[in-house]
Amino acid sequence: MTGKRPRVDFSLVETKGEAPTNVPKEQSASWAEEALREHYEDAELAQYEIGADHLTKEEQVLKRIDRARARKARLKEELITLAHGAGGKSTHTLIEALFLREFRNPLLEPLGDGAVFSVNGSRLAFTTDSFVVSPLFFPGGDIGDLAVNGTVNDLAMSGARPLYLSAGFILEEGFPIVDLRRIVDSMQAAAQAAGVMIATGDTKVVGRGKGDGCYINTSGVGVIERPISLAASLAQPGDAVIVSGPIGEHGVTVMLARGELDIECDVSSDTAPLHELAAGLLDAAPGVRCLRDATRGGVATILNEVAVASGVAVVVDEERVPVRGDVNGACELLGIDPLYVACEGRMVVIVDGAEADTAVAALRAHPLGAGSCVIGRVKDDPPGLVLLKTTFGGTRIVDMLVGDPLPRIC
Amino acid sequence: MTYASKIDREQITHYKGSLMRFVDEFRDAEMAQVLSAQIMSLCEPGRQYKFMEVCGGHTHTIYKHGLEDYLPNTVTLVHGPGCPVCVIPMGRVDDAIFIATRPDVIMTTFGDMMRVPGGRGSFFDAKAQGADIRMVYSPLDSLRIAKDNPDKRVVFMAIGFETTAPSSAMTVLRAKALGLDNFSIFCNHVTIIPAIKAILDSPDLRLDGFIGPGHVSTVIGCRPYEFISRQYAKPLVTAGFEPLDILQSIAMILVQLDQGRCEVENQYTRVVPWNGNPRALEVISEVMELRPYFEWRGLGFISHSALRVRDAYADFDAEQIFEMPGVRVADPKACQCGEVLKGVLKPWECKVFGTACTPETPIGTCMVSSEGACAAYYNFGRFTRERVKEATRT
Repeated sequence: MTGKRPRVDFSLVETKGEAPTNVPKEQSASWAEEALREHYEDAELAQYEIGADHLTKEEQVLKRIDRARARKARLKEELITLAHGAGGKSTHTLIEALFLREFRNPLLEPLGDGAVFSVNGSRLAFTTDSFVVSPLFFPGGDIGDLAVNGTVNDLAMSGARPLYLSAGFILEEGFPIVDLRRIVDSMQAAAQAAGVMIATGDTKVVGRGKGDGCYINTSGVGVIERPISLAASLAQPGDAVIVSGPIGEHGVTVMLARGELDIECDVSSDTAPLHELAAGLLDAAPGVRCLRDATRGGVATILNEVAVASGVAVVVDEERVPVRGDVNGACELLGIDPLYVACEGRMVVIVDGAEADTAVAALRAHPLGAGSCVIGRVKDDPPGLVLLKTTFGGTRIVDMLVGDPLPRIC
Repeated sequence: MTYASKIDREQITHYKGSLMRFVDEFRDAEMAQVLSAQIMSLCEPGRQYKFMEVCGGHTHTIYKHGLEDYLPNTVTLVHGPGCPVCVIPMGRVDDAIFIATRPDVIMTTFGDMMRVPGGRGSFFDAKAQGADIRMVYSPLDSLRIAKDNPDKRVVFMAIGFETTAPSSAMTVLRAKALGLDNFSIFCNHVTIIPAIKAILDSPDLRLDGFIGPGHVSTVIGCRPYEFISRQYAKPLVTAGFEPLDILQSIAMILVQLDQGRCEVENQYTRVVPWNGNPRALEVISEVMELRPYFEWRGLGFISHSALRVRDAYADFDAEQIFEMPGVRVADPKACQCGEVLKGVLKPWECKVFGTACTPETPIGTCMVSSEGACAAYYNFGRFTRERVKEATRT
């Protein structure tokens, strides 16, 4: 380059510059117009609503929003996007507007971790889960023990003793047998540790490029030996909210193991079978209302499901939420909230407030629950919301995410 | 009830480990109480204050930490236009998707661009339809992708204020040095000063001061804001991104108002040099130049408010390399983002807020990313403070 160095003047505030002369032709966004049409139809209906006069203007708006949120879920997209698999609002819409609508039955309807039914006087729990994790191997585990523990945990969260698992493999042409052997070995080890038998299975191979190496589906059957009923809809004001240990380790481990972030951090997945921990808890505290393993979508998503299903407010104290320092640091760097990050060996417990201390003591008696603590409680108002008292001393809402938490640019 | 009565301090320190240095000390609740009391005492009784935080990062901090709980009712924060993905007009997103759907193109972009809607959907939708769009954490990652895929053309969707412009410019310089001929950027960088000026010039505006953008100022410094105090007689304090930074900046603005001053001050001295970063400015100036005008969602056309790639680097400019439709997609008439950005309306006062316009279907710019004023209010503050306070009382 020759001559004067170019310079950009960022403090240029002269706005008399060239006016846009050749403004390109305009279009409108059809999806936005559609959303507006719906809104106006709603607004028309709302005019006939009475009894809202005593509310402030802001409260009226918030009421209007509540009504919009309560609207039946509708699947607007024409194609599946990654957000449909992320466990947040898009996943819920897909399930409610398509799967639940078509398959609707009393066993499926509660959308719990598994279906509970009786056969010849025995109460059984039945569940299924698919595993598509990338990378297949990560610090603290691999897709094999994840696939066993995930289904064992879904049964345990239904209050069941896990008995039998199925294993379905979808393998990609060219996948190294040595890797598959490693995965199968760790599945067998995990099954033995959890006291379950992999009793049936299936294998399919797809062409190169049609799969991501190895996908696994596991289903499981367990027996419920206590006269209990657990559901997200059973939370009551006064209940305590407990997590069984520090959160977010699995999600952060896998994110970092993908190697795209160039962050090094000494974390490993928390994948573990929770059936013994759950059994010990249920023996000690009969006032347990709901157990959920905080997988996809993290603790925040579970708490939102509880708040909505039970029509209660869940108030969480950020200072009490256990997060390891390095997990917290990685989340801070990425602009992600650990409350939304997946765990594979932690559960959220909703329990009668009077039994909170007993429940925490029972959980801490097991090595997998050593980090258990009360993180919040259930209140009656505002229903359907999760509120967070921040460490800084403020308050805010913890909503369900639309899709995956995405890193922010600045 | 006993379970709520004691916080297990030991447990907390055990898992939180030692303090997160340079982070936790700026989130100290006791210090916040002190600043809150100071702010309270600086407010003239009966006077209403409106301050704008220009930067989306500040909006995010304010909501994430529930900072407004520390402010008296007479202080209102207005959330400004500084969310870079929010202000990208829908037509530009359509253009980017048009390029990305070419079979010979791999498009790279920052994560929060993925959900930003154009006239016919977002990057996520385009990806579902088969476009090869990849998230990167640094534009330099695109060069690796370009090297690994010599038969493809890699286009980086460059967005952001002066904060991210240096890294985009640096990537172009690096690509040139490496002799990569299959890399280009689709430049959508915008500049903050003209946007602030456009807001100050709007007739219905009533602001008492500005919380100045921190990250942008690391590049351009504080000097470019001086016209705000000189010509418009408003104080501006450049602020950091932790909650205590913002509280302190509000206190600093109030001190200025109390003393009848209006100046540009720097609260974020640990990061922002008064004269900015000369090396970063040099790199931008080498590769980019101001556009005569650029369209901002919610604010319309603003002169000299964006950057384009200089002709000397035309080989790395996607706008020169690829044909694209260049169609303008208008915001729906019902959208009142412009008023929200100027602080004339609160997010919930917009007619379509929260019903037609939600984070799932963001009709207007303020609902697009979690840094936008409406999305932040919707996600974090969607309840009257009284009810939230009642619920969180112990």
